Amino acid sequence: MTNLKKRKITNIFFLTISTLTAFLGLFWLVMILGDLFIQGASSINWKLFVDDFAPPGFGDGGLRPAFVGQLIIVSTAFIIGIPIGLLGGTFIAEYGRNSKTAKLISTLSDLAGSIPSIVVGTFIYAVIVRTTGHFSAFSGSLALALIMIPVMLKTTENMLNLVPWQLREAAFALGAPYYKVIFQIVYKSASVGLLTGAVLSVARIAGETAPLLFTSLNNTFFSLNITKPMASLTVTIYRYAMGPYNDWHKLAWAGSFVITVFILLATLISRFIVNRRYKN
Amino acid sequence: MKSAKNNSFELKNKTTLYLTAASAYIIPLILILMLAVLIYESIPALKKFGLIGFMISTTWNPVKNVFGGASAVYGTVVVTSLALIFAAPTAVGIAVFITQICPKQLKSSFSTAIELLASIPSIIYGMWGLFVLAPIMSSHIEPFLQKTLGKLPFVGLVFKGTPIGIDLLTASTILSIMTIPFIASVARDSFELTPKNLIESAYGIGATKWEVIKDIVLPYSKIGVYGGIILGLGRAVGETMAVAFVLGNNHKIVLSLFGTSSTIPTTLANEFTEADSDIYISSLFYLALILFVSSFILLSTAKYFSSRSKK
Amino acid sequence: MNDKHILKVEHLNFYYSSKQVLFDINMNIEKNMTTALIGPSGCGKTTFLRCFNRMHDLYKNNRYEGKIIYNGENILTMRDSINLRSKIGMVFQSPTPFPMSVFDNVAYGLRLNGIKNKAELTDRVENALMKAALWDEVKDRLNTTASGLSGGQQQRLVIARALAVEPDILLFDEPTSALDPIATAKIEELMVELKKITTIIVVTHNMQQAARISDFTAFFYLGKLVEMGKTDEFFTRPKNRQTENYISGRFG
Repeated sequence: MTNLKKRKITNIFFLTISTLTAFLGLFWLVMILGDLFIQGASSINWKLFVDDFAPPGFGDGGLRPAFVGQLIIVSTAFIIGIPIGLLGGTFIAEYGRNSKTAKLISTLSDLAGSIPSIVVGTFIYAVIVRTTGHFSAFSGSLALALIMIPVMLKTTENMLNLVPWQLREAAFALGAPYYKVIFQIVYKSASVGLLTGAVLSVARIAGETAPLLFTSLNNTFFSLNITKPMASLTVTIYRYAMGPYNDWHKLAWAGSFVITVFILLATLISRFIVNRRYKN
Repeated sequence: MKSAKNNSFELKNKTTLYLTAASAYIIPLILILMLAVLIYESIPALKKFGLIGFMISTTWNPVKNVFGGASAVYGTVVVTSLALIFAAPTAVGIAVFITQICPKQLKSSFSTAIELLASIPSIIYGMWGLFVLAPIMSSHIEPFLQKTLGKLPFVGLVFKGTPIGIDLLTASTILSIMTIPFIASVARDSFELTPKNLIESAYGIGATKWEVIKDIVLPYSKIGVYGGIILGLGRAVGETMAVAFVLGNNHKIVLSLFGTSSTIPTTLANEFTEADSDIYISSLFYLALILFVSSFILLSTAKYFSSRSKK
Repeated sequence: MNDKHILKVEHLNFYYSSKQVLFDINMNIEKNMTTALIGPSGCGKTTFLRCFNRMHDLYKNNRYEGKIIYNGENILTMRDSINLRSKIGMVFQSPTPFPMSVFDNVAYGLRLNGIKNKAELTDRVENALMKAALWDEVKDRLNTTASGLSGGQQQRLVIARALAVEPDILLFDEPTSALDPIATAKIEELMVELKKITTIIVVTHNMQQAARISDFTAFFYLGKLVEMGKTDEFFTRPKNRQTENYISGRFG
C-alpha cells in the first residue's frame, strides 16, 4: 500500500515538472513577443516607412532605406535561391530518386542548411567582397541565397515525394516525356506545398543579420544600387540597438516588431495551409 | 514528323536532367568550396601561430598583431554547454508534455507555439536580451545567486564580480531559449515513434504514466533524443546575434559567469570589418574554419543519430 | 502471321536486376477481344502486363529477353517507347486524374501528340468522354478540376483519357480494386463495350470479374504461364491441376 502511494506521488511529481517545463517554454514565448509588441507597436507610425535615417541625436528619423534595402536584398536572394533549390530538390525526388548520390546530396543539404550563417558571411566575403574589392547588396543576397537553397531543396524533395508515383506512371503511359511529367503533372500536384516552401524559405532568411554584416554592410543613405553597400533592416536594428540614443532604441524596437510580425505570420499561414492540404 | 518531335522531347528531357542535376550538385560543391576557401584564408595565421598553438594561446592583440583563439573557443564552449544544460531538460520535459500529457485538442497548437520560438529571428533574442533580460539579471537574479550559491566554497568562484547583466550567464540563458525548440521537436518526434502496443502493455500491467515514460518511452527513444541534443549544440555553437548583444566582446578567459567574454561567432561579427592587417583577418578566418568544422561534425553526428533512431 | 492476333509474345523472360520474374512466356492476344490475366499475388501477371507498354523502362536494371511482336515489330527492342505508349494505353489500380480540369485531362495525350487545333481537341475530347460513358455526367463541368469527381467517375475519366489518343490496345491493371461495387459494375459494362473499338488486356485478382468480362483467360503462377484458354472453357474445364486448384479456391 505504501509502495503504491509512493509510486503515485512520484508519478504526480514528475508529470507536474514536465508540465511546468512546457509552461516555461510558453512563458518565454509570451514574454519575448509581449515585450516586442508593447515596445514595438507603440513606436510604429507612418514616418517609420517614409522617412530616411536622421543623424544621431536628431530623433524623428524613419527606416525607409532599411525597409527598401531589406526588400531588395531578400528579393534578389529569392530570385537566386528558389529556382536552384526547386530544381535541386526536383533532381533528388525525380531523376535521382533512390540513387545513392541523391541521398547523399539530400543529407549534405541538411547539413549545409545548418551551417552557422556567420560562416556563410565570411565565405562570401572571401569569394565576392574581396574579389570585387567592395561590399555590395548583391553579395549579401548571395549569402542569403546560400542559406535558402537547402531549405527550398528539402521542402521540394518532401513535397514531390508526396505526389503518388502512379500519377507519374499514368502520364508516362500516355507517352509523356519525363520533363513534361515533372512540369505539367508533378509540380502542379505539389503546387501548394512548393509555394509554402518558398514562403518558409523567405521566412527563414528574412531575419538573418550575421551573414549581412560584412557583405551588404550598411549605408546611412537611401540606395537602390545592388553593387554598392546597402542598409538592411536587420543590420540597422543591430546598429541602432547597440547605439547610445533612446530614439534609436525606439526605432530598433519598431523595426524588430515589423520583421517579426512578418516572419511569424508567414510561418503560421504556411503551416496552416500545409496542415490542411496534407492532413490525410 | 514523329521522330522529330521525339528528338525534341529527348533534347528537352536531357536539358531538364542536366539543369536539375547541376542545381543539386551545387550543394556539395559549395561545401567543398567553403572548406577550401576557409583553409586557404587561414594559412597565414596557421603558419604564424600554428594549428594547435593558435587554439591554446589566450593573447588577442590587434595592436601587436598577435592572435590566439583560446579565449573565443573557451567562451563558445562555456556559453553553449551552459545553454545546453538549461535547454536539454526543459526541451525533453516539453516533449514529454506534448506527447504524453497534453490534451489531444491542444497538442498541435502547443507544438506550434514551441516551434514559433525557433522562427523568431536571433537579432530579436539579442535585443530582448539586452533591453529586458540583462537588467532583470543584474538587478534580481544575479545578486540572488551571489547571496545563495555564491557563498558556497569553490562553486562560489563562478558567481564572483559585479553583476552587470552583460555576461556569460545572460548569454547562455538566451541561447538556451533559442535551442529549446530544436531539441523539443526532435525529442517529440522520437517519442512518437514508440510503438503503441508497447505503451499499452505497460499500462496493462499497472504502470503509472511516469513509469511508462521512464521505463518505455525514454529508453526506446534515447538515441533520437541524444541526436536532438547534439543538433541543439550544433545550432547553438554558431549562433551569433543573440549572443553578440549581451556578451561584451572581451578576449579574456574569465572563470566567473558574471564576466564578459566572447565566442567565435561574436568575434567574427564584431571584428571582421575592422580587421586592418592580413594576419588579423587570417586569424578571423581561422576562427571561422574552426567553427565550420566543429558545427559540421556536430550536425553530422546528430544526423547519424537521427537516422539510427528511425530504424 | 495470323492477323487475328494483334500481339504475339514469344519466349519472354523478364528480370529485376538479377532476379528472374517471368519465365519463357508464349501467348497470342486476339484483336478486339478481352484477355484476363489471373493468378495469386506475386505471380508476375502485373509485371507481364507492364511489358507491353515498356513501363519497366522507367526503372534501372530491368531486363527483357524474347519478343513481343506488334505490327510486325518487336516492342521490346523499339527505340521509341513514347510513340508505342500512345498506341498501347494503360489504366491503373486507383484513379489517376491529373491536377487539371476534366477537359485538359482528356486532352492531355492529344496535346502530347501535337494536336493544338481547338475544334479538333473539343471534338475528340467529347468523343472520348462519350465512349467512356462519362459525357452526360461531366458535359456541364468540363472546366472544373477533375479531383472533384467521384472515384468511379475518375476511373472512367482516366479511361476516356486513354481512349482519346485512339489506342489499338488498352492495358488495365486491376482497374476496379479501389472502387465500390456499383462503380465496378459500370466499369465492367464499359469494358465490354470497349471491345468494339480496341483490344483489352486486364489484370484482375477477382476470378468472377475475369469470368464476366473476358474472352480469354490466362493463369500465371510463380512467373510462368500455366494455362490459357477461352474463358468459358477455362473456368469449366481447366486442363491443368494447378489451375483447377486455384479457380476452385484451394490456394491463392
